[in-house]
Amino acid sequence: MPLLHVTDLRTSFHTRNGVFRAVDGVSFSLERGETLGIVGESGSGKSVTCYSIMGLVPQPPGRIESGSAVFDGVDLLRCTPAQSRAIRGKRVAMIFQDPMTSLNPYLRVADQLVEPLRIHESISGAEARKRGLAMLEAVGINDAERRMNLYPHEFSGGMRQRVMIAMALITRPELLIADEPTTALDVTVQAQILELIQRMQRELGMAVIFITHDLGVVSGLCDRVQVMYGGRIVETADTRTLFHAPRHPYTRALQRSIPALQQKGSELYTIRGLPPDLSKTSPACPFAPRCEFAVEACVTTPVGLVEVAPGHAHACLRAQRGEI
Amino acid sequence: MPEPILELRDVKTHFPLRQGFLLKRDAGTVKAVDGVTLSITQGEVLGLVGESGCGKSTLARTIMQLVPTTAGTVVLEGRELTRGSDAEVQAARRHLQMVFQDPYASLNPRMTVFDTLAEPLRVHRVCTPAEVPARVTRLMELVGLAPRFMQKYPHEFSGGQRQRIAIARALALEPRIVIADEPVSALDVSIQAQILNLLSQLCRKMNLALIFIAHDLSVVKHISDRIAVMYLGKIVELGPAVDVIERPLHPYTRALVSAIPVPNPDVERTRQRIVLPGDPPSPIDPPAGCAFHPRCPYAVEACKAAVPPLIPADPARTVACVRLGEI
Repeated sequence: MPLLHVTDLRTSFHTRNGVFRAVDGVSFSLERGETLGIVGESGSGKSVTCYSIMGLVPQPPGRIESGSAVFDGVDLLRCTPAQSRAIRGKRVAMIFQDPMTSLNPYLRVADQLVEPLRIHESISGAEARKRGLAMLEAVGINDAERRMNLYPHEFSGGMRQRVMIAMALITRPELLIADEPTTALDVTVQAQILELIQRMQRELGMAVIFITHDLGVVSGLCDRVQVMYGGRIVETADTRTLFHAPRHPYTRALQRSIPALQQKGSELYTIRGLPPDLSKTSPACPFAPRCEFAVEACVTTPVGLVEVAPGHAHACLRAQRGEI
Repeated sequence: MPEPILELRDVKTHFPLRQGFLLKRDAGTVKAVDGVTLSITQGEVLGLVGESGCGKSTLARTIMQLVPTTAGTVVLEGRELTRGSDAEVQAARRHLQMVFQDPYASLNPRMTVFDTLAEPLRVHRVCTPAEVPARVTRLMELVGLAPRFMQKYPHEFSGGQRQRIAIARALALEPRIVIADEPVSALDVSIQAQILNLLSQLCRKMNLALIFIAHDLSVVKHISDRIAVMYLGKIVELGPAVDVIERPLHPYTRALVSAIPVPNPDVERTRQRIVLPGDPPSPIDPPAGCAFHPRCPYAVEACKAAVPPLIPADPARTVACVRLGEI
């Protein structure tokens, strides 16, 4: 049985300007210990997917219209608040892009670091502090004994992200959701944090969902990748297949627009048009208006993910018919 | 070698730090830019890379004369900006324009595209008022925006389109040099590619010199002719773009290059990665000698003794490392 099984998740935001379908029928599953990358541009629904699973979508204006997210037998979208509290923050943890806004500036690092322990385990203050100290050392903070008593603003960006990771991992979660954890950091610090996440994953044997827009980060870290566009998964495959034999035109276009993979000085490939308007979605392909291979049928026919090889599925009508 | 149009000679920009409320006392100096010598020729694209806090944005602001220079000279086409009067600097800015990182913050939300693009034309009186609409139309076409959007406000455009407006504004006065400070960092990959293509086309078409500041080395390599790598206010390596990225000589450049994740799982999983320990030190109290030595895997005693000068490593490249040739 998979650790997490998400089926037909639909999350929308009801605003004065209409209904925005941020996540529009997303299904995937994750095994224990596996690393899944979710890649997409802003507005593709990659973060909202994970926020929905974690119960972090503000309702209203958000609304989870349908679907289920079963974590180890419990549907996180329908369980009682008590069930949900026992899982979120203990068995499933999350880290965010900006460590400055996700740490409480009024609390000393030690206090917020051990908060998950105090809530989820009956543990004495002294014991919690000891575990907190060990965790800070594990994530590579030198002089942790003294630094525990500092406030978040006294840490650098990379250090704060380490504190966030320590806080997320202190309850030894089975699943870690990382939402662009290195986007705000310098490349050299990014390399440190990626190594840290990989090492902690090996030590704790946890599964990781890694949300990013950087295909480079995904290539080194993830076992499997799913590409999102306009609130849907358009392609999913193991990392090697996705990089070497992508089938969906959007995945291919994304790869062709990265400077690192192109001849120096050559014209970069650009995707024409604008990102989709999420208030006007149809069951047809969301990428069709920008796709260079689109035909009449792409705009009119509903399309879903179809498995073309074991573990490799995509939602391109023409590739499914074998036309491209 | 062609005549440089912009030359920096040993430029230093220091900011004094003061502590206290009424009786302020000196608490040190932030040496944001600390002795940079650089030149750029007509039509050249110079990439400037380094981590946050290394002084690359302060260097841009120093060139623009937006912050006072502590020492050294900035010479634009033979005119020394650092000693010029305000009027001379103002006149020189016509040839020296800037594009900023965040197109949401750098455009005035209360001005239409027309007002934004017409303002520099009016300030510098480059044409008669009657010619302004035609000029604005040409500018919008130049950056790939439909002139019918002239009366729209910035919030009606996407991030990529706003960056096009910012580029059009920088080009309004037909400058000789444009400084672009992280112009694509706030944009998505597919939009980033459009802006990079536009910038390199414009450089070719208008024979424009471009100083391109970014932290993403693959982007910088793609667009630049030469690359300068900065660490804590100093240039540590300067040379042709391909050489610097593919055969880096300074240990810091090597670490920086190896930190970029490669979007190819086969390469990414097998290659050796140099992970630097710690964070960059504070520019208030930089380490003695080579500022990089506390994090450098090759550091020896000599590195702590004196600041290494930039020395030629091959005809086109200079590197500031005492162990050059040994490592």
